[in-house]
Amino acid sequence: MSFGLKVAGALTVVAGVFVASHFTHPPIISIQRGYRGVGDVVLYQAADLEHLRAANRAPAPEPAQDPAGQPASKVYQNVKVLGNVDANEFLRLMAAITNWVSPQQGCTYCHSQENLAYDTSYAKIVARRMLQMTEHINKDWQNHVGITGVTCYTCHRGLPVPTNVWFNAPAPAPHAVGGFAEANQGKNLVSKVAVDSSLPYDPLTTFLEQSNEIRVQSTQALPGADNVSIKGADWTYALMMSMSAGLGVNCNYCHNTRAFRDWDQSPPTRVSAWYGIRLVRDLNNNYLDPLKTVFPANRLGPLGDSPKVQCATCHKGVYKPLFGVSMVKDYPEIGANGPVDLSAPIGSVGDFTAKP
Amino acid sequence: MATYQNIFTRVQVRGPIHAVPLPFGSSPRLGNGSFNHLLGRIGEAQIGPIYLGATGIASLVFGFFAIEIIGFNMLASVNWSPIQFVRQLPWLALEPPAPSYGLHIPPLAEGGWWIMAGFFLTLSILLWWARMYRRAVALGLGTHTPWAFASAIWLYLVLGFIRPLLMGHWSEAVPFGIFPHLDWTAAFSLRYGNLFYNPFHMLSITFLYGSAVLFAMHGATVLATSRFGAEREVEQIIDRGTAFERGALLWRWCMGFNATAESIHRWAWWFAVLVPLTGGIGILLTGTVVDNWFLWGVKHGFAPHYPPVNHSVDPALTYGGPK
Repeated sequence: MSFGLKVAGALTVVAGVFVASHFTHPPIISIQRGYRGVGDVVLYQAADLEHLRAANRAPAPEPAQDPAGQPASKVYQNVKVLGNVDANEFLRLMAAITNWVSPQQGCTYCHSQENLAYDTSYAKIVARRMLQMTEHINKDWQNHVGITGVTCYTCHRGLPVPTNVWFNAPAPAPHAVGGFAEANQGKNLVSKVAVDSSLPYDPLTTFLEQSNEIRVQSTQALPGADNVSIKGADWTYALMMSMSAGLGVNCNYCHNTRAFRDWDQSPPTRVSAWYGIRLVRDLNNNYLDPLKTVFPANRLGPLGDSPKVQCATCHKGVYKPLFGVSMVKDYPEIGANGPVDLSAPIGSVGDFTAKP
Repeated sequence: MATYQNIFTRVQVRGPIHAVPLPFGSSPRLGNGSFNHLLGRIGEAQIGPIYLGATGIASLVFGFFAIEIIGFNMLASVNWSPIQFVRQLPWLALEPPAPSYGLHIPPLAEGGWWIMAGFFLTLSILLWWARMYRRAVALGLGTHTPWAFASAIWLYLVLGFIRPLLMGHWSEAVPFGIFPHLDWTAAFSLRYGNLFYNPFHMLSITFLYGSAVLFAMHGATVLATSRFGAEREVEQIIDRGTAFERGALLWRWCMGFNATAESIHRWAWWFAVLVPLTGGIGILLTGTVVDNWFLWGVKHGFAPHYPPVNHSVDPALTYGGPK
């Protein structure tokens, strides 16, 4: 065999391995979502979908309980947020939360072993706020979550700290060099959140904590008052990539890509997503950021901020979290009409312990 | 005798080093030239002797400045780590100034380096063009190649200089970086309402794909008819009944394409030259004359309307706040 043939053979093997390991292979499932023939389809890889379905299965509900007939606050001490919940339902919910959030660590992840009523752990204080947050989402954000609603499990999935939480990104160490070299541009490094592109690496602070303008496309055919720069479009692009990856969909799940800005041509999913962005901003600013005084240092980000949510925190790569299965219907006490006290003070560690 | 009935190059010509005599006043060529077998597999096996000359040397020096400015700023952006520089090279870039600087000269760290790199790179490219033109003349060639290169330079100048000038912002220009300049392309289309509705972008794509098709058709035709002597295509320009004419007739009868041994090369030259020429016009009009190409297409009746399947309403209309 000639040298050339050997080289060609080796190159073919390398190329083959690359193609097999990097490219999506058939069968591909195509679902039409708009007018025929204009590419308005969602594409799924069958094998990938199977994997996603297995990873996003809702756990079976806890067995139903007969009501105790009196609220938890009458039976248990120091119940601040769930005081109006029926005492038996309260216990059932506690068991469920343990399975949803700390199945390995058990009740003591939040509670004192000595007395479950004691406020000895920051986790219990945070949990109260999270219960209020869950209720707030189910009650006030139905334009995003519908009647499907959310539970602790939507984000936590059996982990005390959910996956896909994020922190304000510090300027990467490199640019500490200063001097004459090009200053930090907020981009042109590997951007994890924007799917490993070179787009801005922290669009989440800009858009999901701060309320900066997302729309960049001009609204009229000829030059007028729309003066967003191309650099501005990079930031929106990065945010959109994080949403796309977070939901496991392409641009055309929410947009008609020939005219991204045009609502009239957009699928209704874009309206849900629009409210989703406002929902996430609300949670980050009103529920999560303020908790930075409660969290211990090891739970905070490099700039001392709380862990925050983005689309992927709930969605986990699926267009609807848990493929749209409603868990909250089995736990109406944290649903849209639940009796959770949204304004109850959540207390702080050491407020209620054995030694008054 | 050599045959061309194969999809790979079979012939490597070896002989004394071939070099056209230089006209009076030229600098000397560097080296004595040599042959390389692997190069010969894809084309000309002879390398050198190399002619640089004043414009060539000046071009390389200024090009070196530009690459150094870009490269060292990239290296600084990964804290001078050579390993990270290699790992992240495709992601790194030297970015044009922020919009707030308009057409002013910003500090070095805020885009000043970008302007400097652009200046040296432009100088280098223009000098290389001058070298190409003078070499063509010195060797007794036509100037088709430098003029084709000028078309590419036009697109480069529109992207990095002329359009930013008209827009009043250096920030409209393209960053120097592998992925970042591609992101710029996508962001440009997103910002200005979908470049696919820009007629000059359509023309540019037509000529680009057309060039590729013409290239493949021409190559295949000449190789296929070489058994009748079509490799002597230029000589066959002025004769009838040649091997090349057989190829030309094949295309005429199978798809109505009309070319001769001469005109096929003009077809190819114009198709290639028109890619950046029309593309540059399309870029130049974007933001200066048209701000949203899709809406412009609707206005002029060529963006088709499809029956609505969805009727979403902008929630910002009722909800208020930032959009």
